[in-house]
This record gives sequence, structure tokens and C-alpha cells, in this order.
Amino acid sequence: MAEMLDFEKPIVELEKKIDDLRQLAKQENIEVADELKKLEKKAAKLRRDVFSRLSRWQRVQLARHPLRPYALDYVGRLADEFIELHGDRLFSDDEALIAGLARFGDRRVMLLGHQKGRDTKEKLRRNFGMAHPEGYRKALRMMRMAERFGLPVVTLVDTPGAFPGIEAEERGQSVAIADNLTAMAALRVPIVSVIIGEGGSGGALAIAVADRVLMMENAIYSVISPEGCAAILWADRAKAQDAAEALRVTAPDLMELGIVDEVIPEPLGGAHRDPGEAARAVGEAIDRRLDELSRVPCDRLMEERMAKFLGMGVFKDHSGVPHG
Amino acid sequence: MAWFSKKNRGVRAEKKKNLTDGLWVRCEFCEEILYRKELERSLWTCGACGFHFRIRSGDYVKILIDEGTFEEIDAALEPEDPLRFRDSKKYVDRLKAYQKKTGMKEAILCGTGDIDGRRVTLAALEFSFGGGSLGSVMGEKIVRAIRRSLGTGAPFLIVCSSGGARMQEGILSLMQMAKTSVMIARLHEAKIPFLSILTHPTTGGVSASFAFQGDVILAEPKALIGFAGPRVIQQTIGQELPEGFQRSEFLLDHGMVDKIVSRRDLKATVSSILSFFPGPHPTLSGDDAPGDARER
Repeated sequence: MAEMLDFEKPIVELEKKIDDLRQLAKQENIEVADELKKLEKKAAKLRRDVFSRLSRWQRVQLARHPLRPYALDYVGRLADEFIELHGDRLFSDDEALIAGLARFGDRRVMLLGHQKGRDTKEKLRRNFGMAHPEGYRKALRMMRMAERFGLPVVTLVDTPGAFPGIEAEERGQSVAIADNLTAMAALRVPIVSVIIGEGGSGGALAIAVADRVLMMENAIYSVISPEGCAAILWADRAKAQDAAEALRVTAPDLMELGIVDEVIPEPLGGAHRDPGEAARAVGEAIDRRLDELSRVPCDRLMEERMAKFLGMGVFKDHSGVPHG
Repeated sequence: MAWFSKKNRGVRAEKKKNLTDGLWVRCEFCEEILYRKELERSLWTCGACGFHFRIRSGDYVKILIDEGTFEEIDAALEPEDPLRFRDSKKYVDRLKAYQKKTGMKEAILCGTGDIDGRRVTLAALEFSFGGGSLGSVMGEKIVRAIRRSLGTGAPFLIVCSSGGARMQEGILSLMQMAKTSVMIARLHEAKIPFLSILTHPTTGGVSASFAFQGDVILAEPKALIGFAGPRVIQQTIGQELPEGFQRSEFLLDHGMVDKIVSRRDLKATVSSILSFFPGPHPTLSGDDAPGDARER
């Protein structure tokens, strides 16, 4: 019960009350159908009221929800087979970014994803989903392998950002990210990225230069964390809510700005309230997009990927030269 | 006559409020008091510690490009406010203030010109315009400059100085990293040389994209270069940062830059490096690139 957001509380409490009543009715063999019906109706209305008009900040909280499914949760539910592959062949294996060969039915792909930890020990091992350069270099190695053997690449994005630390700088965090950007721009196999939780800046983009970028309904994708932005522009980290509003970090925002191709609907209240249904929706979207991309000849795929990113940006042009 | 070909080709450092007075300037790195005239002669490099003062984008044109050969391109692009962003100030007001302060429309200057007679495409970031931050206009101007290099075969040079992404353009600014990378991938495929010159400071989104995608990466001495800013790192790890951390010399030690070059040797070094690589298409060696024939 500790892992609950403030605005989830009334709903979770009501649901518990309904459960308790049901239990009680069973044990004592009393008739509560009417009462249950009333409470269920009330709960449904409450869920609709709360979750149909989430503020941007509430979505930020949902994207970071401690119970939210992580990359390996989706892999576990969706893949018929997953062979995790380790290491960047240069320095180490970064467990904040997982990689491996995944089979979904007849479909074989190279799967990459940021991976957060569930308990304290795993959180530390996964460095809270914040990769070092080794994570990005492992991703690059896998993408090259995928290209060599004609495997499409699927990436699941969920990171607060690339890790800002001394070792990360010493080993070239910037270089690692920059290399992935150019490599993905020219990778001759289809790439589908799904922002499943937090799309934190360059650390997210480093595995998200894709032919199709999909975003879960309560995921966020931003150039800087709302807290970081608040600290710089408002000189006050507590203004993170204002920053989240100003930055427009939600899936509907990004759809409107033309940055993502599709918003994947989540179960009411967020992916963590029904991980099975969330995974089904993610699996369906990936499958449909890979299917679509498999019919595009490689050269056209390259052209379209390039055109997609070249079209991003808003500016005034007084020269009369057409955009793009 | 364009401003860059005016008689006075003296290079000025960005004005700082803490200058001791008109005649003397304090080095922000070693705090030595320096004679302004001497500094000007040394292209704003500290005689005591070698620190390179921040200078304007236009100054790099003067330093690198043969006199009278520079032509600015894509000057007509201006920023917009797609998110109608507002923090303590409105983004549009910040933009106006930056434009007034710098006399530029955005934090980048692009053009074509010659280096010892060899045609190049040059982009130089302007730190005094919103910290040289990467927004839609910078992304687009870099794309167009690269497109020009793809057309002419002229090597592409970029002088970086930036605090990172333009937060006020939100996700659109992050996407400029992808947008420019897509073009740089093309540049690599076309085997057109790309030199990146890192100056103080180069961090964040600029550092994690085009700044570190150059075939050859040069850095000015003692420049702060890194992915995350030192303050962010310090807050994250909760300990003091080592001496010289994220300075050019540190990056050279860790294999992240090819060479540290003093501003005074910058043109000669760039010129020598370019002489090893393919130059502009031979069709240009007529009117467009008079010096090119000599190199071949």
C-alpha cells in the first residue's frame, strides 16, 4: 500500500473496501449485492473522474510509478523466447540497458531496453535505469549485429536519463550517445521504439532514432526532467509541476507536436493496474508496425527515416526557401 | 560591404561585468590580471595559463577563414515559440533580449569560405545567445549547411560552444540532436570530411550529438567539455570533482578528443588536417574555389 500515488489513494481505498465487503459477505453468508453494486458504480465513476483528466504532472508520476511494468516485464509477457546477450566487448556489461534476441511467434527481433530495478538491490544493480557509456555501446553492438543478420530492432525506452557521473564522463558518455544517433540514422533494418515509461533526454534518444516511435499513454518524453528544468529556469526544483506543464512532456503532447507516431492506450489508471492488458496493447502495436515496415524496401526505409527527423523543428524562414 | 570584411579584424572577447577596467582584464581561469592590448594580440588567450577566453562566432570566421571569402548562408531563419513557453519570463521575450544583445537572429552563424584557398562550409555556435543552446533554428541551419557540403563536397567545420538543448523548445530541441545526426550520417557516407572544434563550454545535447561526431575533434585548451554539467554530477554523486575534470586536457587523456589546439594555431592545424582529406568537387575549382586547384 505504500507504493501508491496521492491521487490513486481514494480509488485504491474504495477498491479495498469493496474487496473487504465481498470477503465478509462470503464468510458471513449475507446478502450485499445491492451495496456492492453501488460501491462498484462509485468506484468506476471515481476512476473515470481521476484518470480521464490527468494533469501533466500526474502523468509524470504515473510514468515513474514504482509498480509500472519495466522492459523485462513486457519481454516476459510478450516474448516466446528471449536470449539476453551481454556486454559491450570493450569494458563491461551495463545492466541498466538490456539487450537480446527475442522471438514473438514467428517474428525474430533484436530487442533493446532500459531496465529499472524493482527492489532496492536491483535498483542499484540497474542504476535506476540510467546507463553508462557501456550500455549505449552494447546497444550499438547489438544494432550492428541486427543489421548484419537482417533482424529488425525493437527498443523499449524507460530511463530518467543517461547517468551523470565521473566514470561516465571519463569513458565518453557524449561520444557513446552521439555514435548511436548516427548509427541509428543509417541502420539498414527497421527500427521500432516504444517509450514505455520515462523518455529522459539524450539517454532515451540514444536508442530511439527509429522508423516508428510509439508512446504509451502515460509515458513521458522530454528534453530535460521537469525537476532539472525547474532548477535551471525557475531556480527552484519544487517548480517541477510548472516545468512539466511548460515542457509538454505527455504522449498526447508529443502526438500533437508530431514527434511520435502513435499513442498506445493503457488500462484505466495506468499500465501497473493491469500489466497483462498493457503488454497486450504494446505487443499488438509493435507487431503491426513491424509488419508495416517489413513491406518497405530498405532504400525507401532509409529515405523515410531521414525525412521523418529532418522534418522536426519549428522556425520562421524569410528566405523563401522551402522547409526540409 | 559585409561586417566581416571591415578593416578592423580585431577579435574581441565577450564583455564581462567583472573586468577590472578598460585596460586590464582578469583571467577567469587563473585570475591573473592581463593587459587588454596583449590579450587582443593573442586572440584572447591568457598569457599566464593559456586559458582561452570566450569569443564570438564571428571571431572564428576571422580566425579561420581567408579574408574576404566568407559568405553567410541561411541568415533568414528565425526562432519561433512552438510551445508558447513561459517560466519566470516568456521565451519570446528571452529571444528578443538575446537578439538585441548579440545582433543575431539565433545562436549560430553559418557560411562558406576558404581556408588557405580550400573551400569549406563553416558553422559556429554563439554562446552569448542563450548559452548557445540547440533549438529548431540551429538544427535546421546545421542541416542546410551540411546539405551544402553534400552538394559541393566542401569539408564541414563546426565550432561548438553550448550549454546544451534549448529547454524552451521542449522535445523539439531534443529532436534536433536526431535531425543533425541524420545529416551527419549522410556526410560520413559521402566521405566528406567533418571537423568539430570544441570551445569553452561544450556540454549537454550539443556534446552528445554533432560535437562528438566529427572525423577529427579538436579542442581549445582548458575548455569545459562534457555530457553532464559539473554541478549536476556533483549533486548526483555527492562528492567533490577531481581537479581538471571535464577540461580539454582531461578529455585528451581519456581519448575523447584528437588534439588540443591553441586558437593561435587553429587555422594552420585545420588547414593541414584538411590537406589529407578530399576537398570540394573539382567542378568548383573554377570560380567557386580558386585555391583548390593548387592543392591538387
